[in-house]
Order: sequence, then structure tokens, then C-alpha cells
Amino acid sequence: MTEIVDILEPQEGPQPAPQRDLLQVVRSVASQLVVPVLSVVTALAVGAVIIILSDPDFLSKIGTDPGAAFGAGFGSVGAAYGGLLFGALGSWDGITESLLSATPLILAGLAVALGFRAGLFNIGAEGQIYIGALFATWVGISFPDLPVYVHLPMAVLAGALGGALWAFIPGILKARTGAHEVITTIMLNYVAYRIVDFMLRQPLLQQPGRSDPISRPILPSATLAPIVEGFRVHWGLAIALVAAVVVSWLLFRSTKGFEFRAVGLNPAAARYAGISISATIVVTMMISGALAGLAGASEILGSNGLLSPGFSPGWGFDAIALALLGGSRPIGVVGAALLFGALRAGATPMQAATGIPIDLVVVIQALVIMFIAAPALVRGIFRIRAGKEGGPAVSIKGWGA
Amino acid sequence: MRLDLKGITKRFPGVVANAGVDLTVLPGEIHALLGENGAGKSTLMNVLYGLYQPDEGEIQIDGKPVRFTGPGDAIAAGIGMVHQHFMLIPVFTVTENIMLGVESTRGPLRALDRDEARRRIEELSEKHGLKVAADAMIEDLPVGVRQRVEILKTLYRHSNLIVLDEPTAVLTPHEIVDLFAVMRSLAAAGTSIIFITHKLNEVLEVADRITVLRRGEVVGTTTPDATDESELARMMVGRPVQLDVTKAPPKIGAEVLKLQGVSVRDDRGHLAVNDLDLIVHAGEIVAIAGVHGNGQTELVEAITGLRHLDQGTIEIEGAHVRADPRHIFAAGVGHVPEDRLEEGLVPGFTVAENMVLNTYYLKPFSDGLSMHREVVHATAEKLGAQYDVRMPSVETDVGNLSGGNQQKVIVAREFSRPLKLLVASQPTRGLDVGSVEYIHRRVVEKRDEGTAVLLVSTELEEVISLGDRIAVMFQGRIVDILEPSEATPERLGLLMGGAHPEDGVVVRAGGSSAASA
Repeated sequence: MTEIVDILEPQEGPQPAPQRDLLQVVRSVASQLVVPVLSVVTALAVGAVIIILSDPDFLSKIGTDPGAAFGAGFGSVGAAYGGLLFGALGSWDGITESLLSATPLILAGLAVALGFRAGLFNIGAEGQIYIGALFATWVGISFPDLPVYVHLPMAVLAGALGGALWAFIPGILKARTGAHEVITTIMLNYVAYRIVDFMLRQPLLQQPGRSDPISRPILPSATLAPIVEGFRVHWGLAIALVAAVVVSWLLFRSTKGFEFRAVGLNPAAARYAGISISATIVVTMMISGALAGLAGASEILGSNGLLSPGFSPGWGFDAIALALLGGSRPIGVVGAALLFGALRAGATPMQAATGIPIDLVVVIQALVIMFIAAPALVRGIFRIRAGKEGGPAVSIKGWGA
Repeated sequence: MRLDLKGITKRFPGVVANAGVDLTVLPGEIHALLGENGAGKSTLMNVLYGLYQPDEGEIQIDGKPVRFTGPGDAIAAGIGMVHQHFMLIPVFTVTENIMLGVESTRGPLRALDRDEARRRIEELSEKHGLKVAADAMIEDLPVGVRQRVEILKTLYRHSNLIVLDEPTAVLTPHEIVDLFAVMRSLAAAGTSIIFITHKLNEVLEVADRITVLRRGEVVGTTTPDATDESELARMMVGRPVQLDVTKAPPKIGAEVLKLQGVSVRDDRGHLAVNDLDLIVHAGEIVAIAGVHGNGQTELVEAITGLRHLDQGTIEIEGAHVRADPRHIFAAGVGHVPEDRLEEGLVPGFTVAENMVLNTYYLKPFSDGLSMHREVVHATAEKLGAQYDVRMPSVETDVGNLSGGNQQKVIVAREFSRPLKLLVASQPTRGLDVGSVEYIHRRVVEKRDEGTAVLLVSTELEEVISLGDRIAVMFQGRIVDILEPSEATPERLGLLMGGAHPEDGVVVRAGGSSAASA
């Protein structure tokens, strides 16, 4: 009974560290893409069911002739998705419109993603877009005598500054008093709408002769010109792509980014390591706000040409979804924004061609977000084992902080 | 109850957690299950409790095969589990907690019958010496009593076999003695007990038989009479282990850390450290012993700049320090924090990033603006090899390493800097024997290099074997400082519990004559 059998060899020494070869890199990238891609696929599938169920032909025939009913249903799905795809990518017009729609989404998505990395849930991108647009508009309609290479950068930077200042408020409130940024940024969104509305009725900005809140047009010297004459997509896209590269460097290569990520992943350990949590919160919020402000500036100086209330269809909120879909990685955010931009740009031609309402796109976007937020559901549907990498889920830790 | 686990195999992706484990527990037996972290103890117990389904093998109770699809089945079969982290509702009374899920009721409306439940609880507690106040609120009870409530919970559900998962980790020496008495009483009454631990002396003291697991397999089963600590350690680790710390007499140098009249408040504003004086010299290890929660955490936080002083001064080599961790690191202080995953590491960061967690902003790791990742990578590889961190690569997420290797990452980071003072808080908590041995050796090395070491530990053995002086902390004060020769476990245990052995005075918060000894 007391016999001792030693069945195992002594522990071996440290094993040589395996090189991270190309195959591993591909595998790791693929594993990070699994959930986002499958979420989109699932959302499109559910969208198809909705199209079928709301198809009048399908509903009228299902009782009598199920075969024909499903034929009609699938026909509608094909027409809708075909129309969407063709509208978004089927022509130079479609492609450039998709890129145009993606531009503010990229910038706003980067704003939210950067916040996520530092454990901050910036729901206030929408308000920061508005204040950024306000600042950019003021600079853009004033200073008529400046040359374009001074005036345009000034207007763009004014947008960034406006967003940064607006985001400074929730940042300092959180750093000093612990007020949760989710609450403060949501509330500040409303304040921002009203400030913009009020300012647009002041002689400083309002178009002469108008009684509604609308600004004077942006001066030509502060306008973001189209990249290619004849298409609407403008140099704001370049700003967005450069911003993505800069944010990528900031997060993963810079010393400040090390602090952002440390605070985001484990504030207690960051404090132990001598990193100032409050400074990091304020700085991150301001950079996040600056990116959102750039989205507003790019839209006003590029596409709109003037500022009016309600110019953003909710980019600041879509941005939350984009940051999640993109795993809070700049490259992922760009990809997600291009997808959403294409859905937006394709929706109108789809409605014109098939009569299926634009709202379908909103439903699909919402479904994508839902599936992204529930990775276990997607993995369950497709029977995929949970990877070791946290994926996008890590980025929403901000709630607890 | 007789329990037989036969050929239990449980695989997880990439790991075999249990490989053909056989375990027999006889009626009325205290059976110790011994193994390092990751040896498969928890998996085996989860299989027994119905939380996991075994891939192969079967469970037999009194010779009959059973299948558990969930804890409900296991409980119904008479198996009780006392988890390391208690499953109690703090704002319920003892009675309410115990009857939760198996409430006795009376009348047509099925009103709760607390009196009936209380009667049974009192009967059980009487029978096994499990003293509890049945109407006390859980949140008002000390840890040791909460554990009794957990044990009563299993008895209340008619368990014939109780699994105790590392029950002594949270107890004072005195409470451990009480627990062992309860275990013996239960066993004498026919209840079988599986006692999970990695403390060798406890196993030898209380177990009837001992089964050792290593890497998912049973290494062997033995009895306390037929074995000793070093043999058990060898079975657990797979190689001979040096259990005693060998160290030369200290070469005591100048004063490095000097605390005068230090008072610190905890997060709730209560005085956690109360007018404390302490000096640590270069080349000595001062070990602070005490039951967890007597101000050690706050003291360490104050010394390392994480908590503001309420009163008093802290000097390092004669210079005042301000409450700023970076300033204190720069003054040559290394800090191994109490909780490695809470404070010491950033899970989600790579090993390399964690290796520079508090030096990342300095040259050569950073030029102020951007990080030099190649330098970080190379440094981490060098330190990893030097401190024997076992990992696939330094770009691995530190959260994926074992506890021992995580602790080695912290040790590598802190010990590799030139240090005047090392503050190590619970440096070996939850680690296996091999890692404990390694870290103890490194701490002694640091001392011999002339570093002043302040060690905080709730483990008596660690305190006695490492400390050159042993300070006992109780309710925010140092109640006594002992030489290792006079520090017997009994004497330390009494001091930690607040009693002063010479005069029998119990030290109360707010001061007394014994506190100044």
C-alpha cells in the first residue's frame, strides 16, 4: 500500500523558444478575424430571413404554394444583396461613395478604439464630432485672405482641438472625481448638440438672411478638395488613413501607448509601475476627442461645405460598433469602416433598384454589432473552439473601471 | 462512504489534465491529495463533483458505478465540497446560508422554518465541535468561522465525503489546529475527507493516507509513517528539493529603511498601520509575520509609494521619500507585490512588456517618444534565461504562464535592477515547492549582495527560515521582534493571534503595554 512508484522523468530544462514563423503569424491573424467575419456572415443570413419574411410575394403565396413563395423570397434576397453589392462596388461612383461614407467612420472608430485600449468607454464621440465641426467651421468661414496651405491645416487642426477640448471635460472629471465617462460623455453629447444649434444662430456663424441654424459656406481656401475631379470623395480620406497609421504607432510603438495599454489592461499594475492613471485618462480622452473632432472637421470642410445641426447621422455611435468589430486595432477599424461605408453607399441604389428599404442596412449593422458583442454565440453557431486570444472582448473592460 | 476513482482521464485542448488517475478513499479516512499547481488536483475534484465529465474512467461509490452530470448529482450522492473561496452570502445569517437551497418549511404557504434548521445546525455543530453562532451575520465572522459554516453546510446536506480545497491557506496557526481537530472528529464519526493542500507538514500531521499527483498522473500513495517531507517534495516535483533555506549569517550594514511613527489608513479610512517604527539594515532580511489583514498590505503600500502616510516619516538611506512609486523605484527599491496578477503583472501584455513594466520609459527601452522593441525583446530573453522563466517565447501573453513562472517574471524584473531595498510581499503565495525553493534562494542571494530585504509573509515556515529578524504584526502594530532562534511556530502563532506569551496579555487595538516590547 505504501509503495511509491515514480513514473515520470525529472523535469526537462527550458525548451528553445520557437521562432514565430510566417505560418504562425497567418494563423494568429486568421484567429482574430474569425469572429468578426462570421458575425458579418451571420448578420447577412439573418438579414436574408428578414427580407424573405417581409416580402409581399412570399407572404401571399406561402399558404397556397410554398415552392413559389420561397422562390420569390430567395429572389428578393438575391436582388437586395445584389443591389447592395452593385451599388457599393459596381461602379467608380459606387466605390468612391463608399470611401466617402467610410471617411468619418474611420476617424470616429479610431477615437473609440483608442479609448478602449486605455480602458475608457468614450460614448461621446458624437458630441466631440459636433464641437470639432463647430471649431473647424468657425476657422473655415473666417480669415478670407489666408492662403490654402495655411488656412486648410488651421481649420483641420481647429476641428481636432475642438474635439480634444470637449473630451477633456469627461477626462478630467473621471481623473479627479471618478465620474464614469459613460455617463458624462453621453450627457455632453446633448450639450454639444445644443451648443452647435445655439452658435449657428449667432451672427458669428449664421448665414446672412437665414433664420434657421445654418452656417456660412466654408471658404474655398479651407475646403478639402475632391481627390479626383468629378467624384465626391475628398482628401479627408487621406487624413483618416494617416490618422490610422499614427494611432497604430501611438498604441503599439510609442512610450505613451505602452502607458495607455497598461492602464487599460490593469490599472492597479500600471499604478504599481509608476504610471499616472489620471494623466493617462485625461491624455487618452483628449486624443480620442481630437480624432472624433477630425471626423467632424473632415465632413464639414470636405463633403458638406457648411455646418448645420444633424449633419452626423450618428457616426459617433457607429464608431463604438466599428471599434468592437475592428478589435480596437486601427487596421481593423479601417476595415470595419470600409464595410459599413460600403453598406451605406450601396443602400440607396439598392432601394432604387429593388424597393427594399434602406433600413435593411441599419438592421444588418445592428445584427453585426450584436453578434460581435456575443462571440460565444457566433462560436456556438459555427462550432468553433474559443481561441486563447481575447479578441475584441478585451477592449470593453472599461465598464468596470 | 468508500469512494473509488478508476482510471479517470480528462483531456483539455493540448493538455491531459488527468491521465488514468486511480484514487481510493476509505470510509472515515482523511486522504490527502498532494500536488503542485497544475498537477491535476482541481480537475480531478471537479470530475468528482460533477462539474467535468471524465473522458475515460469511472467513479464508484461503495462499489457501485455512478455518473454525475452536475454538482446536484454529487451532492445527492453524499459528496460535499468546501471551496477555497467561500460560497457564502455575507448579508445572510449562518442559518440562512446553511439552509439555502435545502430550506425547511412549514405550513401550507411553505414559510421558512428557521427554528427547525437552527436546531439541526446546533446539533451538528455540537457533535463535531464546529462552534458557530447560528444567528450571526456571515460578514461579521472571521475567516476561520466562515470555513466552519461551509463545513456545516456540507454536513447539513448529509455528506459522507467532504472535499476540503486548500482549507488552511486562509487560517491562522491556531485556527488550523482547530480545523484539524474537526477533521479528526468527522473522520472518527465515519465521514471521509479529501484534504487538498501543498503544505507538506500539514499532510504528515493530519492525513491517514497521502496520494501525490504530478502532471495529471498518480505518482504514488503512501502513509505519514512511511514517508517524510523531503520524499513527498521529491514526489511532487520529480526531483530532490532543498526544503530548508541554507544561508550564512547576515553581514549587517547601514540603516537603509527607517520608519518612524508611521500611521496609514486603509481604503475605508480605518487606521490600518498604527504608529509603527521599524528599521531594516543593508544585508539583513526582516520578515514581517502576521495573519492577513493586520496592516501588512497597507504598510507595504506606504513604503512603496502606493499609499499616503497619515502620520510619520519613511526614509530610505536617510532621504525622505514621497508617495510616488516611480520616485521610490528610482531610489533603488524593488517591490514584489502581494498579488501578482492584480498588481505585479499586466495580463494581456507579453512577457517582454511585463519585464520592463516599470522601466519602459528609461533608456535603452525608450528614447522618450517611441519604444525600442528589439531592446525590450532582447532584455526579456536574457532575463528569462537568467531567471529560468519557462515560456514558449517572450512574446507570449504573461497570463498564459503558470503561477510560478509569472512570479519569476516579477522576480526577474525587480531583482535585475540595482537595489538598495527589496520589499517582497507574499513572494511565494500559491506557488509549488520547486518555485518556492527557487525564489527563496534568490531572496537570500539578494541579501548577501548587501540589499536590505523586507519580507512580508503569512507563512510561518517562510518567515522562520528566511528572516534574520522576525517582526510580528498585529492590528497595525509590531507587537514583538524575535531572533530566528526564539521564533518557534507556537510562539509566533500566539503573537500573531494577539496574545503575548510572557504575560498572557491580549493586545487590543489602540495600544497596550505589550505592544512596545
